[in-house]
Amino acid sequence: MAVGAELAIETEGLTKTFGSVAAVDGIDLAVPTGSVFGFLGPNGSGKTTTIRILLGLISPTAGSWRLLGEAMPTADLRTLLRVGALIEGPAFYPWLSGRDNLARLDSAGPDGQARTRGARIGEALSRVGLSAAAGKKYRAYSLGMRQRLGLAAALLRPRDLLVLDEPTNGMDPQGTREIRHLVREVAGDGATVFLSSHLLSEVEQVCTHAAVMSDGKLLAQATLAELRAGGTPSLRVEVDDASRAAQLLEGLGLGDVRVVGSEVTAKLASLTPEACNRELVLAGVGVRALNMERPSLEDLFVALTGEGFDVAR
Amino acid sequence: MLLAELHFLFRRIRIRVMLAVLFLIPFLLTVAVRLSGGPASGNGPTFLDRVSHNGVFAALAGLTVTLPFFLPLTVSVVAGDTVAGEASLGTLRYLLTRPAGRLRLLSVKAVTLLVYSVLAGVVVAAGGLIGGAIFFPLGRVVTLSGTTISLGDGIWRTFLAAVIVGASLLGLAAIGLFVSTLTDVPVGAMAGTVGIAVLSAVLDAVPEVGAIHPWLLTHDWQSFPDLLRVPIVWTAIDKDLLLQLGYVAVFATAAWARFTTKDVLA
Repeated sequence: MAVGAELAIETEGLTKTFGSVAAVDGIDLAVPTGSVFGFLGPNGSGKTTTIRILLGLISPTAGSWRLLGEAMPTADLRTLLRVGALIEGPAFYPWLSGRDNLARLDSAGPDGQARTRGARIGEALSRVGLSAAAGKKYRAYSLGMRQRLGLAAALLRPRDLLVLDEPTNGMDPQGTREIRHLVREVAGDGATVFLSSHLLSEVEQVCTHAAVMSDGKLLAQATLAELRAGGTPSLRVEVDDASRAAQLLEGLGLGDVRVVGSEVTAKLASLTPEACNRELVLAGVGVRALNMERPSLEDLFVALTGEGFDVAR
Repeated sequence: MLLAELHFLFRRIRIRVMLAVLFLIPFLLTVAVRLSGGPASGNGPTFLDRVSHNGVFAALAGLTVTLPFFLPLTVSVVAGDTVAGEASLGTLRYLLTRPAGRLRLLSVKAVTLLVYSVLAGVVVAAGGLIGGAIFFPLGRVVTLSGTTISLGDGIWRTFLAAVIVGASLLGLAAIGLFVSTLTDVPVGAMAGTVGIAVLSAVLDAVPEVGAIHPWLLTHDWQSFPDLLRVPIVWTAIDKDLLLQLGYVAVFATAAWARFTTKDVLA
């Protein structure tokens, strides 16, 4: 049985080519059950294509994948009943109200449960803060409200896995905070959350794990702590004699030594900051302040993808 | 899911407007005949010259008038929208990950299409019958064979004609369903389907391609008046229905093959 599977999402050499272009190029994802997994990458890096493959919308050119422990695609796609998804933004019928849209989607499934439908819809709407606008036509919804309705659809049933593609797109800061809260809440109930985003701060704040994709390839995946530890930390000292300090640090084998006014920064190689401090003091350099700085996720992201948020292609 | 889909379809303004127009065309026809006195015997579209004697014929005249263009148009609109409409809104990806199941979703769409086609035929007949009953006397029906049948029998045959007209549209509906799986643009699917109906009608009018006439989608559409003969002549109607069945088999299979394997990128 799939319950208790160690990995909520597992792919092996997953590949999708459109024409001669590999949108997804042999990726091996491993999303641990119970994690909040950040799926990072610049626009056009293949995140959404990957999600579409995972959910059975696109068939991969090569490779295999498992969802919640079950090899996909299963003939009846029953596994998907346990998966809530927001894919490339919400999509609903403009001429129906929020509530009717959810009812239409719910009734399209193979598992009925019409009796509990009204109650489930009401609860999902209140979880995303849309109760007041439930009777309004979707056409009249703002971008943020549409996003909320999409989330409500993903939360219509108890889920073991939530796949959210850019869930805070178009939301104001208050909405973004609410979504973060919601993600934590869902994860707290034991569900795995697979969160695709290009907003690093979002991932840093809620995720336990992250993977970075670029140009169809998976560049890194690990826990957030491991990812952060992966980069080289840097040393920042404020001294009375900056040029002498820079000379000394270079002599110790630190890389990328830079002087800005009375401050010197350098990449800590194998040395500890305290060892550097001792050397500086012994050489007669007055140290006013000393800091070790871990690289931010953004630094890592840029280092890995070799770019900022530019479109990959 | 089927009931929900039917409810979903018939609450759309577009569908209601189309059905209202289908009702009004034969209804207004009776008004026009009433005001003008109607065409002389043997002139105008089939049955129209008989309307002033017996209102029942307004239903049959309505079917004759709407069958070449308006009925296929509305069926094309509904059929073209089935899959492409969901794709263009993006709701297709959510229905499929619900998961609705591709074959299941397509089957439900196909059945609603069938219901719509038959209902469209019945609505036209109803519009004519109601208009006919209001403006003209109803009575025993003089058949095309010259004999007379009871009013009840006449109305029953009219209803049967409406259902057969609806069934005649199923080949086109199946083509529309298939075209709809090819594109994410519903207007394109609708136009393509109408185009195929028009092409078939045009080819049917060109004697040089007479060899393919019996196989054309629209060739035997106007066979339903045979129901008004005593005894009923089934030859052309049977051939029409069989041909429609053939079109449905081919294009429903094609739609299935396409839809169950296609990459949903919308």
